[in-house]
Amino acid sequence: MTRDSAVRVGLVFPELLGTYGDRGNAVVLVERCRRRAIEAELVEVAAGEPIPASLDIYLFGGGEDDAQVMAAAGMCASRLAIDAARAHGAVVFAVCAGLQLLGSTYEASGGRILDGLGLVDLSTRSGDGRLIGECVVQPDASTGLPILTGFENHGGRTTLGPGVTPLGRVTVGRGNGVDGVDGVLADHLLGTYLHGPALPRNPALADHLLAWVLGEDALTPIDDQLVDRLRAERLHDAQLTGLAARRRDWHLNRG
Amino acid sequence: MRTAAALLAGRAAGWVSRATGRGAGTQVSGRVMLAIDPQLLTEVARGRRVAIVSATNGKTTTTRLLAEALRACGTPIVTNHTGANMPAGVAAALGRDPEPDVAILEVDERWVPKVVDPLDAEVLILGNLTRDQLDRFGEVRSIATRWRVVSDTHPKIAVVANASDPHVVWSVGAHANVTWVALGAPWRSDAATCPECAGLLTWSTDAFHCDHCGFTQPASAYRLDGDTLVTPKGDVELALQLPGDWNRMNAALALTTAIAYFDADVTRALGGMRAVEVVSGRFSTCRLSDGRDARVLLAKNPAGWTEVLRWLEPRAGAVVLAVNAHIADGRDPSWLWDVPYELLRDKAVAASGERALDVAVRLDYGGVDHIVEPDPLRAAARLVGEVHIIASYTQFTHLTRESW
Repeated sequence: MTRDSAVRVGLVFPELLGTYGDRGNAVVLVERCRRRAIEAELVEVAAGEPIPASLDIYLFGGGEDDAQVMAAAGMCASRLAIDAARAHGAVVFAVCAGLQLLGSTYEASGGRILDGLGLVDLSTRSGDGRLIGECVVQPDASTGLPILTGFENHGGRTTLGPGVTPLGRVTVGRGNGVDGVDGVLADHLLGTYLHGPALPRNPALADHLLAWVLGEDALTPIDDQLVDRLRAERLHDAQLTGLAARRRDWHLNRG
Repeated sequence: MRTAAALLAGRAAGWVSRATGRGAGTQVSGRVMLAIDPQLLTEVARGRRVAIVSATNGKTTTTRLLAEALRACGTPIVTNHTGANMPAGVAAALGRDPEPDVAILEVDERWVPKVVDPLDAEVLILGNLTRDQLDRFGEVRSIATRWRVVSDTHPKIAVVANASDPHVVWSVGAHANVTWVALGAPWRSDAATCPECAGLLTWSTDAFHCDHCGFTQPASAYRLDGDTLVTPKGDVELALQLPGDWNRMNAALALTTAIAYFDADVTRALGGMRAVEVVSGRFSTCRLSDGRDARVLLAKNPAGWTEVLRWLEPRAGAVVLAVNAHIADGRDPSWLWDVPYELLRDKAVAASGERALDVAVRLDYGGVDHIVEPDPLRAAARLVGEVHIIASYTQFTHLTRESW
């Protein structure tokens, strides 16, 4: 598939939804295009500006409570542009607060239940205690993706509607905090609680998003040896964390 | 009696810790003291004038500069100079040195509300609030809220605060007794929304304003302009030995406090601050195996890293980035992607520390050539010429243990 224009990677409201290095996801997408001699450009949509319909990938990142509420208002105001872009095949990748905003409702500070974008059937409530630590996700088989590594840090409990597919099954950590799964997976739309950020740690996931935009054939191999070393180290570390957690649970159950 | 026993036992524990090479001994010493006598903070602070310094970045240096400014004016000072800034460290510092009437104490930003009353603090010196170790500390807003409770419930306490930081300004609330100093806001990424109404903040070159609720930067009698502190009594050139804009900000906050609150003589206070070369290992050097010295700089969070990189960019020499992700560093190094490491593109760079590979991947995507060597001293030895090691907290304490 050839394109007559650069891939436009949109970093939506980075001042509001950029608390956890979310910019890294945009940098990785742009750079992985360039390494394949595919033109790409990082488009920052400043908070307060309308979100344009002309982007190929929309990145919604993580953010603090108040920032999330502000971001939600801006995103809902640009709902028509987002719908139009998606109708033309644009991709949405959302992390943490961004994932919550894909759903119908989320819980803001003070227990207020507010509207999200409603792009998929999921809803989020605050849970007892923050979920913090290394997180490992075995992705849904349909994606063909290898195991995913990340770091989660959130207080949300996200419930998927009937028939909605999660991104994968959590093997270490908590992910959505409900039903042992993480994130959400739909056509040209993917959400997760994984920071790290997710795409630097999981180049295959970055390429999965790019394949939606460019087609599989465009994605010639890239030398990922350095990232593979990082992934091996992180997965090893997470397995130790996971073992420790299981041992703790076992002791708790006995006691 | 109980206080005496607590102090004695605490000192013994500190001595054991130092003698066995476990640490500076301050933390364990203070913990033992507080376990024996929970009222100890009140006892050891009794009759003293206590100033509390807090911030996300710069509290150790600001504390040291203020202490030296006042010492140079002839005031004996007790201070927690090793950076042990939780109640145990504060108790240990005060317990160790019972003489001085004035205490300048660095306090961890989360602990300010818990120690204000036991210490009967007279003045609060508030620097900045930015993102720092989110997995441990919670978000910027929650700390501002804790400080706000202190301001609201202590109308008599004096406050010296940074007018350029929206979260700090909000945390001071409508407090009546405030000396504002505008330190400038090089790092704005953690203050996009208004702390008052959550609307979007508008930033001009040197001030912030909220168009929604009118929350705005307060007028300040003191202002940092380049290397000059503008004061109601005239301009003061700082001319510090300590490097970087961030230390000018620390010094401006310290000097404003010395002048406005302690009536210090400006010339003598400045003399004390200018004599400071090393603060708790910060800006100290490490000897490499080949005899060269590498300068060690601490960077704890995106704001701190960005300041250090901007300072390094125009300088010659190589750079080692030494990053760990223990609890004290923040366990999630995602913040690496918020720091403009691209500024290092023309330098020889090493990715180092226990998380060398996270650093390396970040540098790779940023187009920065680098070597990977987890041991920072070995990494420095492999680079040619003058070397700066920028270290996260636990890397830093390990590298500089000797110079504390």
